[in-house]
Amino acid sequence: MKPVVLRAAYVPLVDAAPLIVAEAMGFAAAEGLQLDLVAAPSWSAARDMLILGQVDAAHLLSPIPVAAALGLGGVRAELAAVSVLSVNGDVIGVSRRIEERLRADGFAFELNDALATARALARAAPGGRLRMGVPFPFSMHRILLDLWARATPLADIAFDIRTVPPPLMRRALADDEIDAFCVGEPWGSVAVESGVGALVLAGRAIWAFAPEKVLAMRRDRAEDPSGNTGALMRAIWAAGRWLSRPDSRDAAAELMARRALTDVPAELIERALSGQLTILQTGQQRHVPSFVEFHAGLATFPWRSQARFIADRLAILHGLDRAGARDAGARVFRTDLYRRHLGPMGIDLPGASEKVEGAITHPTPVASLRGGITLLPDRFFDGRIFDPALPVS
Amino acid sequence: MTIVVVENDRTRALAIVDALKDADDCEVIVIGSDSGLARKIAAHDPDVVLIDVHDPSRDKIEELTLASGPLDRPVAMFVPNAASALSRAAVEAGVSAYVVDGMAPERLRPILEVAIARFQVMRQMRAELEQTRRALEERKIIDRAKGLLMKSRGIGEDEAYALLRKTAMDQNRRLADVAQALITAAELLA
Repeated sequence: MKPVVLRAAYVPLVDAAPLIVAEAMGFAAAEGLQLDLVAAPSWSAARDMLILGQVDAAHLLSPIPVAAALGLGGVRAELAAVSVLSVNGDVIGVSRRIEERLRADGFAFELNDALATARALARAAPGGRLRMGVPFPFSMHRILLDLWARATPLADIAFDIRTVPPPLMRRALADDEIDAFCVGEPWGSVAVESGVGALVLAGRAIWAFAPEKVLAMRRDRAEDPSGNTGALMRAIWAAGRWLSRPDSRDAAAELMARRALTDVPAELIERALSGQLTILQTGQQRHVPSFVEFHAGLATFPWRSQARFIADRLAILHGLDRAGARDAGARVFRTDLYRRHLGPMGIDLPGASEKVEGAITHPTPVASLRGGITLLPDRFFDGRIFDPALPVS
Repeated sequence: MTIVVVENDRTRALAIVDALKDADDCEVIVIGSDSGLARKIAAHDPDVVLIDVHDPSRDKIEELTLASGPLDRPVAMFVPNAASALSRAAVEAGVSAYVVDGMAPERLRPILEVAIARFQVMRQMRAELEQTRRALEERKIIDRAKGLLMKSRGIGEDEAYALLRKTAMDQNRRLADVAQALITAAELLA
């Protein structure tokens, strides 16, 4: 039978892997689909292609569809996050100048201690000011930095956050336009490899289980029973499971280097997939467990509480009514479609669609249909708890 | 009306400026998409911002859509109606237009139509250029592969070409891909 062609946009990053793998490794074909993958030059372009119907689905930063529902950004639209594509995967890095100051201060570059890193960075900031590059105003990067900066000594310095597209991050650092960055891989490793930066913190040290990218569709398109939404979701789910196997990493890195990140060597891509990061050009390495997750711990389940939390943070950042934003945001993450389309495959699903974010400190079994789900730690660096059932305090 | 065009390529920028100036009585300012883009745009206090969809720096402009951003008047992407022919044409031509809050759509329409037409021409030119460049590159690869075959098998140029073409057809691959594979193999064996 002739496959149904679906067009999907992605931004060239390591965490676009589920889409690339779904097509290249035959998971899409197994669902009767052929994915026509379109590399988007920017996040706004990926979002707009989706809204205008030029593509059927897109790899988006998890806050983008939430922001679009809240009317933030260039355009208001009803998008559906049908699945989380990846959890974690961001790195925070600094210029060589800041790195030298940190080193002189005795900083250990362990990548896992958000509070110690904030203290050291606040001391190292030249003239009490730190210019920080993030890829997009509505991004997990921006939310993580905000959580981090508000609750640490970074609150006492001028923390100046500006938008720098990921492929340009290395140059912005080299040209002294920024002192530091928070970015998705491979761009942190690219900055290290080209000798302009050093890594200081993994994003997951701020929030241990942060939904980073989602598979987004237009709401009407996602709900259309004849739209092959389920087939696409199943193909992506299978791709994520394949990616989570350690013996897939070499092949996945090679595949990404050939098809999506053609200017980046496979070895650099493999670092993110294995969590074995090189923090300096001279070669020191750090291992970050769960650096990026495509499958484990129910990574792809779009918890409504995650969307509620994202909406809450966007509301705080942009002065919106928090209660209203939380409710509008929660509707964007579609646990209902996830259950409808992936449930019949026989995968285990949790009883609840919301969880208390930040409450899990060690791998924890939870109530599920078959009793086989273990959730991974999702704590925040400052021990905060986000209970979706509680009103705005 | 003040229009800011974000464009790094000087030739392209001039072409857009010329076209827009003819279309409407407006001031057109061109700025590069390098550092401090959002601030630079804000300094000109424009009514309309036009940028090529293919420019990754477009994401910097999203900052301007925030009321708390550097521009006091927030801007929105011009999507009068997501399904309208005009916004579709804009996306297809690769124009992203951001307009300042409160600007009447009928004032923007002629500007956008001109910009779309200009971008379409430039896009076509870019595509043709790219095609020519690729064709030249493939020609070079095929010539190198022919040379390798002529040397190693002691055959003439026509015969070498015929052999490459037959292999490509047998394997259902493109001629240039077969040539590239041959070159890679030869380099590895050398």
